[in-house]
Amino acid sequence: METYAVEMIDVTKAFPGVVANDRVNLAVRDGEVHAVLGENGAGKSTLMSVLYGLYEADAGRIRIRGADARIKSPNDAVALGIGMVFQHFKLVRDYTVTENIVLGMEPRTRLGHIDLRGAERRVAELSERYGLAVDPKAKIEDLSVGAQQRVEILKTLYRDADILILDEPSAVLTPQEVDELMAVIRRLKGEGKTVILITHKLREIKAVAERCTVLRRGRNVGTVEVAATAESELAALMVGRAVSFTVEKGPARPGEPVLELRSLTVKGSRGHDAVKELSLTVRAGEIVGLAGVDGNGQSELVRALAGIDKPSSGAILLKGRDITKVGVRERIEAGLAHVPEDRHKHGLVLGMRLDENLALKTFYKPPVSKAGGALDFRAMAERAERLIGQFDVRAGKGPASKAEDLSGGNQQKAIIARELDLDPELLVVAQPTRGLDVGAIEYIHKRIVAERDRGRAVLLVSFELDEVMSLCDRIAVISRGAIIGELDAAGADERYVGAMMAGVRPEDYKAAAAGEASHG
Amino acid sequence: MAKSIKNTAGAQGASSAPSGSSSAAGALFNRLEAFAASDGRMSLLVVALGFLAGTLIVLAVGRNPANMFAALLQAMSGWDLTRGVFNVRYVGEWLAISTPLILTGLSMGFAARAGLFNIGAEGQYIVGLTVAQFAALFLPQIPVLHAVLCVLLAALGGAAWGGLVGWLKARFNASEVVATIMLNYIAFFLSRWATMRIPGANTFRTPNLPQSAQLDAGFLQRLTNGSNLNYGFFIAVACVVAYWWIMERTRLGFALRATGMNKDAAQASGINAKRSAVTSMAIAGAFAGLAGAVVALGSFNHGRVLAGQDNYGFTGIAVALVGNSTGLGVGLSGLLFGLLASGQPLMQSRGIPKEITLIISGLVVVFVSLRAGLRVILAWKRREQLVARAAAAAEAPGGAAANPGGAPASPGGGSAAAGEE
Repeated sequence: METYAVEMIDVTKAFPGVVANDRVNLAVRDGEVHAVLGENGAGKSTLMSVLYGLYEADAGRIRIRGADARIKSPNDAVALGIGMVFQHFKLVRDYTVTENIVLGMEPRTRLGHIDLRGAERRVAELSERYGLAVDPKAKIEDLSVGAQQRVEILKTLYRDADILILDEPSAVLTPQEVDELMAVIRRLKGEGKTVILITHKLREIKAVAERCTVLRRGRNVGTVEVAATAESELAALMVGRAVSFTVEKGPARPGEPVLELRSLTVKGSRGHDAVKELSLTVRAGEIVGLAGVDGNGQSELVRALAGIDKPSSGAILLKGRDITKVGVRERIEAGLAHVPEDRHKHGLVLGMRLDENLALKTFYKPPVSKAGGALDFRAMAERAERLIGQFDVRAGKGPASKAEDLSGGNQQKAIIARELDLDPELLVVAQPTRGLDVGAIEYIHKRIVAERDRGRAVLLVSFELDEVMSLCDRIAVISRGAIIGELDAAGADERYVGAMMAGVRPEDYKAAAAGEASHG
Repeated sequence: MAKSIKNTAGAQGASSAPSGSSSAAGALFNRLEAFAASDGRMSLLVVALGFLAGTLIVLAVGRNPANMFAALLQAMSGWDLTRGVFNVRYVGEWLAISTPLILTGLSMGFAARAGLFNIGAEGQYIVGLTVAQFAALFLPQIPVLHAVLCVLLAALGGAAWGGLVGWLKARFNASEVVATIMLNYIAFFLSRWATMRIPGANTFRTPNLPQSAQLDAGFLQRLTNGSNLNYGFFIAVACVVAYWWIMERTRLGFALRATGMNKDAAQASGINAKRSAVTSMAIAGAFAGLAGAVVALGSFNHGRVLAGQDNYGFTGIAVALVGNSTGLGVGLSGLLFGLLASGQPLMQSRGIPKEITLIISGLVVVFVSLRAGLRVILAWKRREQLVARAAAAAEAPGGAAANPGGAPASPGGGSAAAGEE
């Protein structure tokens, strides 16, 4: 009989209004890399949260190494040798690697001091053994995102985990860092660890996983041998139908410049220049994608464009008009629409109704405002009805639904509806599809392309290289607050763009590529 | 309790235990959440708990709680159950005492809805009171017009005092909490200093205020058997209506509510949060200033050199909290706090320590805070669930989770399906 490291049998977990896991089964062999594949919302994270003790299942059993286990808290999970690396790291920024790793289980000397030396030795050993290349004495804030992730992995190894759950580990990484992560996963497997990889990226599954369990709408679709299954088959299993990975769009017909950024400098929250002397032009009828790894000045740039933060120097021109010092409302009137990166922070007032949110940018003028400063709530609701219909926003109570009661995809659709209804000249969209399912993503992409075809200028900021590559007409790569290179999206080499995202200058990349070619 | 249930279930069968106990807990959670979702119901519960605790305390000190309720009934309706007499004057006193509490509650509530914590209603109240006294003593004594001017100037004074805080906040990002507390002291000492300089004033009072400036309403006094009820009560009622209208029905209220609930999103949408801060604090100050006018011109027939703070402003915080910062809620909550105040002497005459009313109002505030805590816990639980629900709803759009066949319907619904070949 085969030994399984993890068996989850008929696990059911329901939340009010939704069954996140409906009699899900998962069997992970000892020492394998097992992928859990599914769209956002398929129930992957819930299932893993049950395994890690963050949620208690409503029904079902969990067996760890053949023995029944009751996992009621992460402590139980850790005691069973299960470790989890979350998408959002749980690290203290101004502590060292070792301090972070021992946090919560600090080794003490006989005198009651914390014995960091011994811990550092062990961290160094583990780092060496698994090829993690992490300096135990480095401060977290000095580490790259990829290295921070390896610290999280070390943290689980330090606690003697031999079953590692990695939750969407590649979401925050550059393509190169993803490759390194894949190597680490192979090394972990080589050392006999069992790895559960949660992802919706097929390429990674093909790269490291042996078997793959696919979830859809909280149910098992099946478990397949990865080597014997094509990427397109995996995708079809995940989505439930054939998927076209490309965005259908005709060629762009760029016109006049709509947005011109002239050596724009914007200070970040820590007082440094988050955006440095950045220049960029977006023309009517084209989608320019700003590709880059999270934290390279994209957020600051978008906020400066939207008028939320003030740039410290440089100029922003909208249709030739200098709007650098102009307030938000005047920018909106000048034709700027903005789909913010953080839809809960900047996009919606969650405690307000949907119709109020849809009117957030235009409530001060007719038809929503009547003479004398009173609001016309009927006009507000009628307008909401129209937008809800046009943009297929699903809300239980229609215009009267609270924004917080909408699903993420519908919240995003509502924001897009509000912004496009402004009939803007320029559409600035930041991370428009983060956390959305394939259907919503397709829909939003199509809307953005439609705006382009209507002659609008679109600036798309996305951390998903795939999205930038497939949706945009032109790609500008941002690294450390500056545009490091620009190229046409058609036929762009993903590795080249990835290298620039990691900060490699185009000329250096070409030189290195030429060198490699001559060696090979 | 919950633990024992879990244990017995565990004895029956390991697999059914988690489902049984957590679905029961889930149902309780849902019911609790549904209950907590209604601000009004929570406030009623909180008030009921306060009275329950008060009853227990009365019992604990060996008195009859029935006397407490009889006293409160008398304060509210004028009926004296023990002696079987009716005196409508008590109703008038109750409403008169409630009037400034409603107004300072509106002051606190208005700022709170815009996301600001106005600890300064006391200072704005003092400014309003002082301005009203000056206006009463120095403006020409034209009937009706004199009183109207006094009231308007008091509202303006309070508005300026509050608006100043909003301006400091907008201009220098000064904490409104610190600024209002400091301005409370400044207002208090400024008021004493200025009022004592009025000719004929001594260290505790000015000469009598002219009749033309007073808010006394003869017909109300006749109606309530000579109570202190005056036109101020109508001002409070008008303010409750105005508060509701501004907040719920106008452009200004829309901008303020959006700012209060999510300042970042409001700003990103073009709402001027700085202007919102000034406007909301000024309007809040106007309400408190009106409270000052009502007390100055309605309760006393001479101007006062304040010996201490009247504390209406601070009680207003509690009034707004219990009233959920809605117009009607604050009105009712102000009446409740007024009732507890006007019931004090009646309770004492029945052998119930009057401090009980202070304990009850204190406990109500404590329970209101607990309510906020309960909300935080529920919201926290909720967020965990929303993540999962949002995710699942994204899969089955429109909440079409009930798709038992799991048919491979196009995930994006009708329109998104157009993407297929």
